[in-house]
Formats: sequence, C-alpha cells, structure tokens
Amino acid sequence: MSTSGPTLARQLGRAEAKARLKSFGLVAPLLVFILASFALPIATLLVRSVHNPEVAAALPATAAALQIWDGARLPDEAAFGALAQDLLTAPEDALSRAASRFNSDLPGGRALLLLTARALKASKDAPSRARFVQIDPRWGEQQVWVQLGVALEVWTAKNFVTAMDYRYDENRAVVAQPREKQLYVTLFLRTLWVAGAVTLLCLVLGYPLAYVLAQAPQRLSNILMIFVLLPFWTSLIVRTTSWIVLLQDHGPINDMLLALGLIDDKSRLALIYNATGTLIAMTHILLPFMVLPLYSVMRGIPPTLTRAALSLGAPPFLAFLRVFLPLSVPGIAAGSLLVFILALGYYITPALVGGLSGELYSNQIAFHMQSSLNWGLASALSVILLSAVIGFYFVYMRIIGAEGLRLT
Amino acid sequence: MNRTVLIAAGAILAVIAAGVVYLLTATQPKPSITVVSWGGAYLTSQIEAYHKPYMATHEAIITSESYSGGIALVKAQVESGAVTWDVVDFEVADAIRACDEGLLETIDLESLPPGADGKPATEDFLKGSLDPCYVATIVFSHIIAYDKSKFPTDPPTTAAAFFDLATYPGKRGLRRQNPKSTLELALYADGVPANLVPEVLKTPEGLDRAFAKLDTIKQDVVWWQEGAQPVQLLASGQVVMTTAYNGRIFDAVVGEGKPFATIWDGQRFDLDVWGIVKGTKNKALALDFLKFSTDTQRLADQARYIAYAPARASSIKIIEEPGFTHAIKGVRMLEYMPTAPQNAFNSITTDHRWWADHQEEVEARWNAWLAQ
Amino acid sequence: MMARALTLYAGLVLFFLVAPLLVIVPLSFSAEPYFTFTPAMLSLDPDGYSLRWYEAVLSNPAWLRALSNSLLIGIASTLLATSLGTLAALGLQRRDLPLRGLITGILISPLVVPIIIAAAGMYFFYSQIGLTGSLLGLVLAHTALGTPFVVITVSATLSGFDWTLPRAAASLGADPVTAFFRVTLPLILPGVISGALFAFATSFDEVVMVLFLGGPEQRTIPRQIWTGIREEISPAILAVATILVLLSGLLLVAVELLRRRAEALRTIANLNAA
Repeated sequence: MSTSGPTLARQLGRAEAKARLKSFGLVAPLLVFILASFALPIATLLVRSVHNPEVAAALPATAAALQIWDGARLPDEAAFGALAQDLLTAPEDALSRAASRFNSDLPGGRALLLLTARALKASKDAPSRARFVQIDPRWGEQQVWVQLGVALEVWTAKNFVTAMDYRYDENRAVVAQPREKQLYVTLFLRTLWVAGAVTLLCLVLGYPLAYVLAQAPQRLSNILMIFVLLPFWTSLIVRTTSWIVLLQDHGPINDMLLALGLIDDKSRLALIYNATGTLIAMTHILLPFMVLPLYSVMRGIPPTLTRAALSLGAPPFLAFLRVFLPLSVPGIAAGSLLVFILALGYYITPALVGGLSGELYSNQIAFHMQSSLNWGLASALSVILLSAVIGFYFVYMRIIGAEGLRLT
Repeated sequence: MNRTVLIAAGAILAVIAAGVVYLLTATQPKPSITVVSWGGAYLTSQIEAYHKPYMATHEAIITSESYSGGIALVKAQVESGAVTWDVVDFEVADAIRACDEGLLETIDLESLPPGADGKPATEDFLKGSLDPCYVATIVFSHIIAYDKSKFPTDPPTTAAAFFDLATYPGKRGLRRQNPKSTLELALYADGVPANLVPEVLKTPEGLDRAFAKLDTIKQDVVWWQEGAQPVQLLASGQVVMTTAYNGRIFDAVVGEGKPFATIWDGQRFDLDVWGIVKGTKNKALALDFLKFSTDTQRLADQARYIAYAPARASSIKIIEEPGFTHAIKGVRMLEYMPTAPQNAFNSITTDHRWWADHQEEVEARWNAWLAQ
Repeated sequence: MMARALTLYAGLVLFFLVAPLLVIVPLSFSAEPYFTFTPAMLSLDPDGYSLRWYEAVLSNPAWLRALSNSLLIGIASTLLATSLGTLAALGLQRRDLPLRGLITGILISPLVVPIIIAAAGMYFFYSQIGLTGSLLGLVLAHTALGTPFVVITVSATLSGFDWTLPRAAASLGADPVTAFFRVTLPLILPGVISGALFAFATSFDEVVMVLFLGGPEQRTIPRQIWTGIREEISPAILAVATILVLLSGLLLVAVELLRRRAEALRTIANLNAA
C-alpha cells in the first residue's frame, strides 16, 4: 500500500488529466470558431468606439497647429494657414472621408469643409482668417474650432460623451446636452422599461397558462403544448407581419371593436407604429420563452406536496401561495431573466411595428450604422447595450446555468 | 441502428456537404450586375422597359435591389470596401451629393447613344439631367393624393388643403426620411409663391416658417418611408391624404382601380438618375446597361408602365403621339404625366445644388424635430 | 369556479398565442393587393378570394432564388453547427473541465447577444476580409447563431446518458470512434437531430445578418419578406408566411416526436441499467 499508493494515485491523476484534455479537445473546435467568427468581430466594436483616425489623417498640419491652441479664443493665423494647406493638399477621397466624420461632430461640418476647400481652390486669394470667415462666417465661431479639435483626436471618448447625452462646450468642457437634444439615456431607460413591461406581461400571461398545463394530464398537456410551440417555431418575421395586419387602424382588431360598438369610426385605437405595437408584438413573440421554463419547473413539483397542504386543512389558495408558488420560483426566475435579456436587444419587431415612439436601443444602433453612418457612435451604443446584456446574462448563468435553457 | 444505415446516412450527409461546398464556391456562369431602385410599381416599370430587354439581348443577369433613397447605403459600401451595388437610381440632389463625396464613377457623356433623330445625347437630354456622375432617366413628381370616398362633396384641390385639418379632417401621410420636398410644400402651402420657395427656404426665417407650418399638423401625421407605403396607407384608411410619388398613385388608380385622386397644385418635379457606384467590379457591364437603358426607345417604353416622363426630348416626342398608351390598361399616358400642361400649372421650383450642400444640416434639425 | 376561471384564462392565452398565426391565412388568398380584409372577403364572396399571390410567388424568380439561398445557407450552417455543437456538448459533459462555466457562457452567448450588435461587429470585420456579399460569410454567421441550440439540446440528452454503455463497448474491444458511432450517437441522436432542426430554423428565420452581411445576390426568404413589408407591401408575403407557418408546424411535430423517442430511449436505458 505504502509503495503502490502514490503511483496509483499518480496514474489515476494522469489518466484523469488525459481525459480532461480529450474533453477539452472536443470543445476546442467550437470554442475557436465562436471566438474567431463571433466574439472577435464584436470586440472590434470596442476599439472602433474610441478610435477616430480619419480626420487627423487628412488634416495633419491642422492637428499639429491645434495641439498648441489654448482653446480660449479663436486660433491664430497659423492655424488658419495650416487648415488651408491641408484643405488644398489632402487627397480628395481622404478629405471627403474626413469631412463626413467631422459632420458627426458638427452638423453641416461636411459641407463646411468641402465647400471651403472648393472656394479656396477656386480663388487665388491668400488664405487668411478673414478669407475663411468670408467664405463661411462659421469659421469665426470658436465652437466650430472646438469641434474640429474634437474631431482631430485619434483616440477619443467623444462617442461615449454623446451616448451619455453630454457634449463639449466652447471651452471644451463636457456639459449636458440641452434637454431637447437628450436622446440616448432616455432611449436606454425606455428600452429597460419596455423589456421590463414585456417580461411582466409574459409572466402574467404565462404563469397561469403553465400552471394549467402542468396540472393537466400529460397526454392533454402534450397536445396543448403544441399551441405554445407553434408560435415558438414560426419565423419571427412572419409573426411580426401578422401583427402588422392585426393592429392597423383598419385591421381586424379595430374592426371588431367597432362592430361591437366599443369604439366609433373616429376613435379607432392607435395600436401600431407606437410603443403599444412594440409591447403587444414583443409579448406575443417572447411568451413561449416564459412558458417553457415555467412549465418544465412546475412539472417537476410533486403534486403530493400541495395535496399534503390541502389535507392539513390549508385553503386551496393558501396551499398554492405557501407551497406551490415558492417551489416554482426557479421557473419564474429562469423565464423572466431570459425574456428580459432577449427583449433588451430586440430590433426587427420594433423596427417594423414600433414607429417613432416604439423604437428601442437596437434601432438607434441600426440608424447610426446604416443611415447617419456615425459608426463610432454606433459602436459606443453597442458597447453600452452589450454591457447591460452581459451583466444580466452573467446573473442568469450564475443563478440558473445553461441547464435551465429548455427548448422543447 | 445498424452499420448500413449509418453508412447510408454518412453518404447522404457527405453528398449534401459536397453539393453545398460546390454551390458556395461555384461562380455564376453569366456576368451579372446589381441595379438598385425604389421597388414597387416603379421597379416593375424599369424591369419591363430596361432589365428584361437587356437580358434578352445580352449575356448578363440583372439582379434588382430596392432601397428608399439617400446616399448612406452607397457610402457605407464604398467606405467599408464591400461594394455589392453597381448601378443605383438616385434622386438628383442625392446624386450630386454622392458625386461630391466621390462615391460615383465618371461616365463619358459623349458615349451615350444619340437620340432617334440623331441629335447627340448632350443636346437631347433635358437641362440639368446629365452630369459626368449621372444620367437622368425620368421626371417624376412629389404630389398630394387623397381618398375620394372620404371627401364626396367639396374635394380638396390645393396644397393648402393638406394643412387644413378643419375642412378636411383625418390623418395625413408625409415622407419621413429626406425632408426636401416636405419643407418646400409647407412653405408653398403657407403662401410663398411656387417660384420663390427655394430662395425663402435658404433663409433661417424661411426654414423656421416651414417647420412652424408643419407643427400645425404634426400630431396628425403618419410617416412613410417607402414609395409603396402612401398607397397602402390610403388603401387601409390609415390616412385620408398623403404626399406620394405621382407614379405610385397612378398605378393604384389605373392599375388597381382605387378611388384616389391627385392634387397637382404645388407638385414638385424631381429627376431620377442612374449613377455607378465607385469601386464596382463590374464597371464595364454597368456602363453598358446604363447606355442601353437611356436610349430614346427604352426611356419612352418605361412610360408605358408608369406615369413618369422620360428625361430626353426625343423620347418625349414618342409619348406625345396619340397612340401612346399604357401597356396593359390602354389608357393614354400623356394626361397622367406630371409634365403635362394641365398638371404642371403650379409646380414648386427647387434648387438641387443647394440641397446637395445643405441637406445634412437641415436633416439634423429635421430629425431632432421628429424626435420631439 | 376558481379552477374554471383559470382554465378559461389559460385558453385565452393559448388563443392569443395562436390566433395571430392564423389571421394571415385568409388574407393570403385576397384578390386585392392590400393587407386588409375587403368587404367582398368578409361576405365570403368567392370573387374576394384568389390564388393570385401564390402564383405571384411561385412564378417570381426572386422568391425562388431566395428559397434556394435560404436552403443552401440553412443546410450548410446546420451541418457545421451540428457537428461542432455535438462535439462540444460531449466535451462539456466533464464537470471538472477547466473554466467550464466561462466556456459554456461563451458558447451559449450567440443566443443572447443582441443580433444588431453581432451584425455590426461582423459587418466591419467581414468586410475587411472580403466575406461580405458572399454566401460563405452568411454561413459562418448563421453557424455561430445556431450552435447554442445544438449545445443545449445535445447536452440535455446527454444529461440522462448512461456512460457505462460506451465503456462496455470499449471493454469489448471497440475503438473510441466505433464506440461513438455504434453506441453513443444512436442513443443521443434524437437530441442531435432536434439541435440540427433548431439550427436550421434559426438560419431559415434570420434576417438581420442577411441585411448587414449579404449582398443582393444572397437574398433569403426572410430578407424578401422584410423588403416586402417595408417596400412592396403585397399579400404575396402573406402567401409566403402561410407556407412558412405550415413548415414550422412540420418541424415542430418532428422535434416533438424526437423528444418522446429520446425519453423512451432513456427510460429503456435506465431500466436496463437497473
């Protein structure tokens, strides 16, 4: 024993290590695939949210000149000269790219740079501060130069400043946006609110349904489950299409309410292209994600427990409240967290039925990706939303774990 | 589960996998280009008049893509280096802007086909419709349309009626993206003479005035983005009156028999132009298609499907002939054209160059206004 | 009384779940090009109904092209996702795998990361390496989205798996590969196939990746529907939607049968073990 013990233990340990390595070898291909094709691209968003090289690349002399600018007054003639030199010598595509970026710091900045460059090239006049102001009076405004300085920073926090509804004032101090321009924080709160409301609605609708299904005989509940699973398996975009049809002013719902005399033709309910539309459609689409884990947990609660409480004289509702409900909490937690996490990132449904007031955070990211082309801001908004989702996902994995994800 | 079944299953999977790999890597047998336009009835007219004849006579495939205007998607492709569009149908102010930003290839205008009467293209095309960056195909118009059944007596006839909620109650439809025509319409409806609208809009007071006019109906507006939406909004009763592209209303009225009518007062002409995306791998084919589709006959042919006027004089001559009718419904097209004298009495003028330079500033304010 | 009210409530919720899927069916037979019930349809006038939109779909090369793209991307990404996911699920069975929690979290993350963020990141990344506007790029993206489902369903099947069975095969002289294909795989096959069907459904339904990564030649069915809703607005998309609802019904039944088979297999295996 004393001689073979350690050897055996070592052998066992070695065999264990080998088996662990083998298991890791099985996981590795997928892990590498997900990291390379999925996680890495998302990580590049993080870089893009703080990296802003285009303007400085096209206007190097201006960048150098503004380095020594104190920002308190208009820059000196040397800075105007540097800008003129850059505008006259920058390659056309680099200048156009820089101008587009500048536009996201100063609305109209693209045209300001390009029209100024055009005017400078067209005339023989020596470029001076006076000439710049003559081309466009905005060059005499300190705020314009502050924004140009911001645009010239290669590594910048400006996207997060914007995403938090702040801005740079004429002294380059970070100050809150005027109220009418505050957008992103409100939108973030609205997204949290909608996700929370959808979760609550799903719980209110889903809990009693899961309860009834769990109490029903297995054969019957198997059949009824199909009604839950059919929408789950149906294409998201198909379900959204259905809601567009249903919720229109002249859709079946309004027509039915009209026929029942609950509304008149002038007061048809506005159910679509607003937050109401988003709420209804998202609740419908996410409800199966609530019912499935609830049902799975409730099926596992032995009916004998409730029966015992009843036989001990507890009224049915009290038996439910004191025995069944606490035991179903894991299902409530799993379903609610999952629905909430998924709702936070919804895009398709709000885009199609949400209108202006029903838009969520994802829609604003899409707007800056595809319409305003402010990719830095889109990245910053992505980083913020992703942090929130990962936070809740972490909580989910901690208290429920991957095993809690039930799909059939 | 025995060995044979497993082997069979394995073999089937292998065949599927091989087929998939083959299809993923195989290149298309014919050269192809992607032509991007505005969808719906307008796209149909282009497919009938340009794409089909081109594919019938050339070894090429044309893939159609739809978008809702603007230059953002083109710019995203050029900047990211992932150019998948070849030829794009722009509103002319957007094409000017795209050209300024270096997003378009240059076109040799001398190489465009001459008119049927032999006149060189540079003289045959309408004024302002040719540029080294783009070639116009049609003249269309932003108009107001309404549902006749909603106003059986005293139907609206003026642009001012659009803003008159007391006399003509009901929701209004307005274009959400791209405020150009909407702001101009607001000024015209507020009493600015049609030909002075661009000058007034260039002043800060004029812009304020346009927004103030829109404020009066903002609560009752349903916003649309795609050309087909105004028709759908009218048909479903979501709105009683809406701005629209005139050809879409024509299609709903003549093609589908809908009880809609057009208010030509305060219409605003615009050009749709072809541009070729910078950096396309199919420039030669794109150019060839562009030349093919802008010859006298093709441009006239398109007017058989939708009420948009061709952008060259020699084609206009063809559509003015008495026998020129809709390809399916047989109605005479000329009277539905925005350029017909009885329709073009009070058209708002516009300054495309100014819009190209200032749209972004105005749009920033527009988006803030929408979000309020 | 209470119980009856509860049952009624549950019935209403079930109705809420299913009714929206059914309302599009009659509209897909509309004779008019709009999304609304026409008076002719409501009065059950046969003239109000037509097969116009089904014909439009089946005769439109764009829809057929989209179907072939959808199938191609769906099958390719399903094959990839299923093989990668099944292997990973087998490996994850070891409780003492280093960093098991973190790895599981990463492997499941495509399920919860907002799709728009993943699409934005991939758009920048894939355009740099020339994968935008290609089927391959979409296959990779959809594979990533599909793998969590395979990992989850296969893991669920494996959780009731009797590991003495492949060990018995090994002790009888089978090499690990043979043991896997002859013993393990047949037993977990229902889970693998369910996972594959999930992965396929995910790819077949996905539109945001296609919007960002796909070019005009990589249009899929959902991408066509997206265009249909935003631009063309014709009941043709309701015809497609109706077909898709039918298809998802078939998929659902397949998965349900597989689940029962897996349960039966597990029961038999457990009985044998006992």
